[in-house]
Formats: sequence, structure tokens, C-alpha cells
Amino acid sequence: MPEDKSIQELGLDEYKFGFHDPEDYFFKTPRKGIDPEIVAMISKHKNEPEWMLEYRLKALESFLSKPTPQWGGDLSDLDFEEIYYYIRPMENQGRSWDDVPDDIKNTFEKLGIPQAERESLAGVGAQYESEVVYHSLKEEWEKSGVVFMDMDSGLREHEDLVREYFGTIIPADDNKFSALNSAVWSGGSFVYVPPGVHIDIPLQAYFRINAENMGQFERTLIIADEGSYVHYIEGCTAPTYTTNSLHSAVVELIAKPNARIRYSTIQNWSHNTYNLVTKRAVAEENATVEWVDGNLGSKLTMKYPAVYLTGEGARGEILSVAYAGDGQHQDAGGKVVHAAPNTSSLITSKSISRGTGRSTYRGLLKVHEGAVGAKSRVECDALLLDENARTDTYPYIEIEEKKVNTEHEATVSKVGEDQLFYLMSRGLSEEAAMAMVVNGFIEPIAKELPLEYAIELNRLIQLEMEGSVG
Amino acid sequence: MLKIDNLHVEIEGGEILKGLGLEVGKGEIHAIMGPNGSGKSTLSNVLMGHPRYDVTDGTIEFMGEDVMELEADERARLGMFLAFQYPSEVPGVSVANFLRTAVNSVREKELAPMEMYRLIQEKMKIMQMDPKFAERYLNEGFSGGEKKRNEILQMLMLEPKLAIMDETDSGLDIDALQVVSKGVNELRGPEFSAVIITHYQRILRYIEPDHVHVMLDGRIVTSGGKDLALQLEDKGYDWVRQEFGSAAQS
Repeated sequence: MPEDKSIQELGLDEYKFGFHDPEDYFFKTPRKGIDPEIVAMISKHKNEPEWMLEYRLKALESFLSKPTPQWGGDLSDLDFEEIYYYIRPMENQGRSWDDVPDDIKNTFEKLGIPQAERESLAGVGAQYESEVVYHSLKEEWEKSGVVFMDMDSGLREHEDLVREYFGTIIPADDNKFSALNSAVWSGGSFVYVPPGVHIDIPLQAYFRINAENMGQFERTLIIADEGSYVHYIEGCTAPTYTTNSLHSAVVELIAKPNARIRYSTIQNWSHNTYNLVTKRAVAEENATVEWVDGNLGSKLTMKYPAVYLTGEGARGEILSVAYAGDGQHQDAGGKVVHAAPNTSSLITSKSISRGTGRSTYRGLLKVHEGAVGAKSRVECDALLLDENARTDTYPYIEIEEKKVNTEHEATVSKVGEDQLFYLMSRGLSEEAAMAMVVNGFIEPIAKELPLEYAIELNRLIQLEMEGSVG
Repeated sequence: MLKIDNLHVEIEGGEILKGLGLEVGKGEIHAIMGPNGSGKSTLSNVLMGHPRYDVTDGTIEFMGEDVMELEADERARLGMFLAFQYPSEVPGVSVANFLRTAVNSVREKELAPMEMYRLIQEKMKIMQMDPKFAERYLNEGFSGGEKKRNEILQMLMLEPKLAIMDETDSGLDIDALQVVSKGVNELRGPEFSAVIITHYQRILRYIEPDHVHVMLDGRIVTSGGKDLALQLEDKGYDWVRQEFGSAAQS
């Protein structure tokens, strides 16, 4: 892609990770679009058990029968017939770095993956196209029975576990995009943490989309058994293309009694990607689930991580930050359902909008009858970087129980002339002053991330903002 | 050092400064006193380059350079500093982080982290600030006195050639006033000039000015030595209005 290179050399590339490798694929569906034949082809290629094929085909029916949602963002330009639904980049999965092909390695190097590895990051599962190509897991975890692999391997090696839980938190027919994912899913992570096992170092996966018009439909299932703890981190950067890409993931988390799962995501999709993700967790008795969610890039993101608090004393936290620049719409938020007594939840949502960017907070807080003593706090803060930027808040609250304590707070602030003047009077350029205000604004989220991710989040936002001021 | 000539400034169509002139030499401390509404804060904001004000006529030169077209950050890098009367809050940004960024913005070469740390510690000690203060978010939830101390702390860190102090003394108790004055006196020397803008004579007991100017209705109406400040304290601003009010309106 010489023209791509020259753009980079000139430093004109708006999207810094917009490099991509020549497309050299092992397997790709013979045509765009989706029908039972394509779905069967994917399943056959993966040598899946019969029940998974049936599951996929049933999901496809559901997908085809559901209308495209009319609420939220504008999906009118999304053409499902213009997408390749499955591409597999290489024959076998790499277990060590040396096994990874060079062009793929180059991509990872540009993203800093090998460094991260050297810095003793624990297990790296990196999704390149539809398959995980690089996966390593520390031996001591394997000894303690921890499973961390791509979902396809999970299905092969732990079929019983997968069959028991797959699609139980997010049924295929939950919504149009969960149905689509269920029909064509590929890759993603499968994690099982045995009772009482604490994984101190976060499990990390890195995702990239690299083929034009290719949807990425990863599927992640994490099961934290009783009293266990795991922190799973997923970061995404996608290169820039001129036609629309679709990313539609499904992530299911199950926290058994007294378990704790923290799931952190920083997503930075190129500006023409539709990012339509369904994430949901169940927290059983005294379990805790935390979603930390950073949304950058994409044309439209619709994502509302959910926690269902089904056991007494369960806790859910959703922390999200979104940046909407010119032409982008970040429609994000969170959903908490209190279905048991003495459950608690906290939703903190922060959004930044600039230019013609639009950020929407869409949240649901539901307290079922009998969830006595439920406590919930929702806080959403929007920061507008200029006059045209737009933010909306849609907090839906349904409370069926009297003995509860809920709070909701929403603020909208603008980066003020006086604030910028103050920082600039100390020698900061307008851009640096703006970045400082923005970094301060997202600090409550950034401090919940491991240091290198917090730095990356700040850096990515600064990249997005570069050249946007003045 | 600083030369202001025939400065006319408007905000939202109303003229606030009406031909103000002032010269501040190297190493000099000037006090500008005046009643509320005389244009003191406008002057300090315009000197630093606040975008909200329209300069309709006149010139501002700093070290021989016309700064009129320069942004606030460019003026800061030349060595100008404004201690704000009402500094803005910046949630999520610690004082230490802000100081680091500011110091490295005005310096040609970045300061090594350890040196920076020592410098912050040293200057905070002068300002009698708790080290924990550095971890608080900039001006968020600060008391009036803490904000003013923090302004002077920034001044000590940035070591400007010219400091403009916009009513830094207002709302300070006597202890805080002493600490703030100590900070200013710390920088006092042949390479440091200051313009102290104030309503009261009080701060001038601790920072002795070389020149005192009285401002009324957008102009400097009279100038003198430090005795003028005492005279003003004695007779009040009504005396100024009676004495110079007609001149100011002519």
C-alpha cells in the first residue's frame, strides 16, 4: 500500500495507526453478505460440533427477522450485504512470538505489543482478523487450572463448559447484533478461572481489524468460579479505510458467588467503523463485576455494558469514557439490573465532544421488587470542547421496590475561555491546555486502568485532538 | 521592561481603558491602586492577552517587543506572568502535574523529573505549603488563601521577568498576606519587575513599591512614590475622584 506509506511519511495521516499489511489470507468467505450457506461454511471450516452449527443457523434466522434498531445512532449507511463475514489469516495459532508471521508481527510491533510482552505482561491473546494468532499464558496459571484461549479453541477443548454457558447471558435473539454475532462469531477469548484462584496480573488481548469490508465478530466468555478474581483487558486499534467496517462483538461474563471480574476495554476504531457491541455480566451472591470502558474512534458506537445483580450482596460498577470528534457519534452508557436484596451499583460515565461530534449517555437502572436495600448511583458528566459539539442524556430508571437508595447526577461543562486563558498564561499552547483539561476530566477513569493503559488512553485522546484546536 | 502607551480597551462595546500609559523599568516594583470599576482587572487581563478584550488603540511593548498580537502562552514564554484574582479550577489535574507542564512549557529544555521534584518541594516550603498540596486538583475546593498561595507558587516556579498581580491581596488574612509577600520578595532583584494591582495599601507594607500609580476611569491619573499610597489610605478614593475626576472625564 504505497500511497498509505507516503501519507504516513508526510505525517498527514489523521489516524496514526492507519497502516496495514498486504492482505494475505488463508481462508476468506468466497463472497460478501450473509446467508445459511456462508454460516455453514464458517462452521465447517472451524470443524465445529453440530450443536454450534444449529445455534448459528438459528441465530441467523433471528438476525434476518429483526429490524435494524431505529433508536440510538444512525445505521442507515450500514449495508450488511457489503461485508465479508469471515477471514482467517493463517493456518495455526502462534504460541510463541517466533511462530508469528512477520507482517503480522510488524503490525503488533507498531502497536507496542512485543514491548508489552517483555514488560512481563502475563498472557497475551491478540486477535488479528478473525482468529487469535498469538497466545501465551503463564505456566503457573495453567497449573492452577486457569483457561485463557481463543473462543474457537475453547469450544474444541472445553466443549462442555462452553455449551453450558455460551449464550446464556446474552441469548442470540437478544438484539439484532447479538443475533448477527451468534451466527458468524469467530475468535474472541474464553476464560475460566477455577474456584479461589486470584490472577494478579491482568489477562490481555489486543484486537485489530485489517481487511477492508470485513466485520469482526469476536465472542468472549469469561467464567470466574466461586471466590476467584480476574482482570481482563482488551485494547483495540483499527486501521483507516474508506468504506464502512462493522465490529459487532458479544461479551458474556459470569461471576459466581464471591468472585470478582474486572473487564477493561480501550477501543480506538478507525472513523468509518460501526462499533455495535453487546456486553453483559451476571454477578451472583456477593460477587463483583466492573466494566471499565473507553470508546474512541469509530463512526458510531452503540455500547451499553450491563450487569445483572442476581445474588444478594452483588455489586456492579460501570465506568465509561467516550470521545466524539467530528462526524462521530458515541452512544454509550450502562445498564444495571438489581434483582436481589442489598445489591449495589455505580455507573460513572464521562463523554467529550468536539466539533460536529455527538455523545449520548443512555443508561438503564432497574430495581426489581424484592431487591430490598439496593443502592445505586449514576453519574454522567459531559464535556464540550466547542460550541457546536452536542451531548444528550437518556437515563431510564425503573424502580419496583420502595426500600432502595438511588442517586442520579448529570453535569455538562464546557471548556471555558477563562480556563484556557489561565492555562495558556502559564505557557501551555492552546492545544496543550485543551488536552490538560480533557485529561483531567477523564482522570477518574484513567486511574482505574493499569498505568500503561492509562497512558495509552491519554495519548490516544491527544492524538484524536491533535490539530483540532485553533 | 514594560511600556504601555495610549491603551484603549473595550469589552462588549463598552470602553474600559481610555488611553492608559505606563512604563515599568527593569527591577522596578510598581503599584497600581484604584477604586472598583476603574479598570484594574481589565488592565491585567489585557497585559496577559485575554482573548475577550478588544484593544482598539495603543501599544504594549515587553522588552522592546510589541506583544499585542501574541497569545497568552507566547507572552508567558517571553517571561510575563499574571497572578490571577480568580484562578480557574481544573478538575483531575494535580498541582504537581500542572507545575511540571507549565515549567517545561516556558523552558527551552525540559527539567529532569528529580530536579523538578526538588524544585517543587523547595518552592512549596517557601510558601509554607503542605507537600500533600501538590497532589490536590488545581484550585478545586481551594480556599481563597490557598488559591493565592498557589498563584505565587507558580510564579516562583516559572521565574518570570515581569509579574502582574491582580488583587492578590484581596481576601487574605494577615498571615497569608505575609506569606504571599514573602514569595514576591523572594524574586525581587535587578532582573524582576512587578506590577501590583490593588485596592488597598495594606500589601504595600510588605512589598515596598518603587512607584505608585492611581487609576481612575480607565486611566492613570496620578503617580508618585510610596508616599502616595499612604496619602491615598489617609484620604480615600473620594479624594482622588474630587481631585482628578474631572480630568478623567475630559
